[in-house]
Amino acid sequence: MTRRLRHGLLVLAALVALGGAYALLVPAPQTAGAQPGQAQIDQGRALYERACISCHGANLQGAPGRGPGLVGVGDAAVYFQVSTGRMPLARAEDRGYRKVPAPEFDPDTDQGRANLAALGAYIEATGGGPEVPAETGPELIGSDVAHGGELYRLNCASCHQFTGRGGILGAGRYPPRLDVATPEQMYTAMLSGPMAMPVFGDKQLTPEEKKDIIAYVLSVRGRNQAPGGFTLGELGPTTEGLVAFVVGLVALIGVAAWIGARS
Amino acid sequence: MGLVARSLARGTANAFDRRFKAAGAVRRQASHVFPKHHSFFWGEFALYSFAVLVLSGVYLALFFVPDTTEVVYRGPFEPAQGLYMSRAYESVLALSFEVRAGLFVRQLHHWAALVFVAAMILHMARNYFTGAFRRPRELTWLGGVALLALGIFEGYLGYSMLDDLLSGLGVRIFSGLLLSVPLVGTWLHWLVFGGEFFGDIWISRFFVAHVFLVPGLLIALIGMHVGLVWFQKHTQFPGPGAREDTVVGERAMPGFASNTVANGVCVLAVLGLMAGIFQINPVFLWGPYVPSQVSTYIQPDFYAGFLIGGLRLWPRWEIHLGAYTVPAPFWVGLVLPLVMFALLAAYPFLERFSTGDRAAHQVLQRPRDNPTRTGIGAMGLVFWGILFLSGATDVLAASFDVPFELLVWAGRIGLLVLPPLAYVVVRRICVGLQRADRDVLERGVRTGVLQARPDGVYVEVRRPPGGADRQGRPIPLEYGGARVDHRPATSPEPVGEEPR
Repeated sequence: MTRRLRHGLLVLAALVALGGAYALLVPAPQTAGAQPGQAQIDQGRALYERACISCHGANLQGAPGRGPGLVGVGDAAVYFQVSTGRMPLARAEDRGYRKVPAPEFDPDTDQGRANLAALGAYIEATGGGPEVPAETGPELIGSDVAHGGELYRLNCASCHQFTGRGGILGAGRYPPRLDVATPEQMYTAMLSGPMAMPVFGDKQLTPEEKKDIIAYVLSVRGRNQAPGGFTLGELGPTTEGLVAFVVGLVALIGVAAWIGARS
Repeated sequence: MGLVARSLARGTANAFDRRFKAAGAVRRQASHVFPKHHSFFWGEFALYSFAVLVLSGVYLALFFVPDTTEVVYRGPFEPAQGLYMSRAYESVLALSFEVRAGLFVRQLHHWAALVFVAAMILHMARNYFTGAFRRPRELTWLGGVALLALGIFEGYLGYSMLDDLLSGLGVRIFSGLLLSVPLVGTWLHWLVFGGEFFGDIWISRFFVAHVFLVPGLLIALIGMHVGLVWFQKHTQFPGPGAREDTVVGERAMPGFASNTVANGVCVLAVLGLMAGIFQINPVFLWGPYVPSQVSTYIQPDFYAGFLIGGLRLWPRWEIHLGAYTVPAPFWVGLVLPLVMFALLAAYPFLERFSTGDRAAHQVLQRPRDNPTRTGIGAMGLVFWGILFLSGATDVLAASFDVPFELLVWAGRIGLLVLPPLAYVVVRRICVGLQRADRDVLERGVRTGVLQARPDGVYVEVRRPPGGADRQGRPIPLEYGGARVDHRPATSPEPVGEEPR
């Protein structure tokens, strides 16, 4: 009796231990921090069917000749494309460059943020894909600016230029200037790889590295590092040469005309 | 006070004269007559920019360390904190952020370099289009061509040795061009870099060349150039009294001397203002050179723009001779600039050969008076200009929203089509301007006043500058090569009518 009881307790303890270990060790299901409620998904579907469906098709399946399918793009792509005004396009033949976002998706308003989240939740729930990070704003700005700069020059500068002044690709496509991109937009761009940009998943650039890159861009863009005076657009020797001629040489020719005038 | 100063000056001058017998020579040189024209001050821009370059360069050389040793940055510039970089680049960051006036002097040096070369181009164009290079001044012209080539090379060396990411890509191009030379390319590369790209001695070599060899050559050539202008006398534009055998102008002292000193002070002022107002080449933002990194908008300074433009336009035509390959950049990166400079240097001799004009010329020509030369000059400038603009195809494409490929093809076609077109158009403009001048001299200045002839025809009243003879016919004047006043006469004097 005691022996049977002992065995029973042992099995019970083993089962409890196994169940506990299972609960502890098996990873939690991959979902965003805030569980999207069905209401939010429904709201997102409504937005999708109003603003996106004509090009991207029902059920994110795409419309031949009009727009790609959105299965697997994730809400990171939704946030980047819609909050920067790239989507929805104003006209079918637009190239999808940054513009003022539609008022209902303006990330600067509560309504716009809620709509962006809802649209993202619908896309995420229907097709899956890279997710918008849980952090926002200052939480996305890393601390090691110099390390970010090195990574930026290695991964980003070949299209976006040393300090985010943009550049060119072939066939009339331009990598955007980074003057006005928010940390969220830069982060989701790296995650989703819009247009010609490669995807920088968390294995290529860890979240910390992405945040350092964002910190670097913020520290050098605009006139944030201009100890020497007017930046001349920071486009390098092109504008400097222009100034050498248009300001320097023209001023000197004026001087010579003054000194050399017949008195 | 004035009395003391005057007696001091007299005492010093007398002391010098007793020891060196200088009075005669000084009087002769001080009486040297300089023709005056505003464009004769353009060459001085380059001279005074060079003086600024030497002075600011000495200050920079006190702090720049030409060393490729890798160090970790621990200075005040946060975006570079903890990065690996060469000692050279670190010293430039220190120079920019920790040395008193370091950033200002560096910007002054760079602006002066750009203006130096730009002023040489301007000065050369003036000399070309007015025929100042003709006998007896061929040597001055050759010296000028050498100065331009050396000036470009000197600028490139200085821009490169900072070892930042922007200039490092230019060094890589230079290395590639050396390697592209048939047969001896590898040897040339080893000669300059001491090994494969980029080794660890190139900065000290570039530095020695930049602060010692090339400036020494530049100073020697500038001395020769200016000395020749002094001893051969300056050319002059034709005008009242200004002929081949007489000079009209101001004496060296005090007229010319005060003008040139004022010009020098103004050059310093303009360069100082530019250095203080406009940020130039912020190398701290470009980052240290790392071969795996690259950026968009990679350009050289403007004077090397025509080289990069050629490289961007030239098709990928490789020549394979058995085991040997002549890569495409060789033709456009090395042969083309050599041909361009050779033509520039040979121009005075080519013109003499083709026109048979062997006479000595002290008097300049107006560009319109030699349409062929002016047309050829326009052709050369357009050729250079298209190469130059093509060096910035990326910035132009992004700034003006034009596809990059379109610009490349526009450059390729333009390079072949536009220079001959420029020749034809400019030549025709010159001929037209000549005719307009002759028209004024032969028939008179237009007055805008119409006169009815008895037969009912209206003709414009002309006022001939040479007056009219008794029959009322204008007395034609000979064109003397000087500017003809085309402004409409304010008080029309009808031809043939005696002034009352």
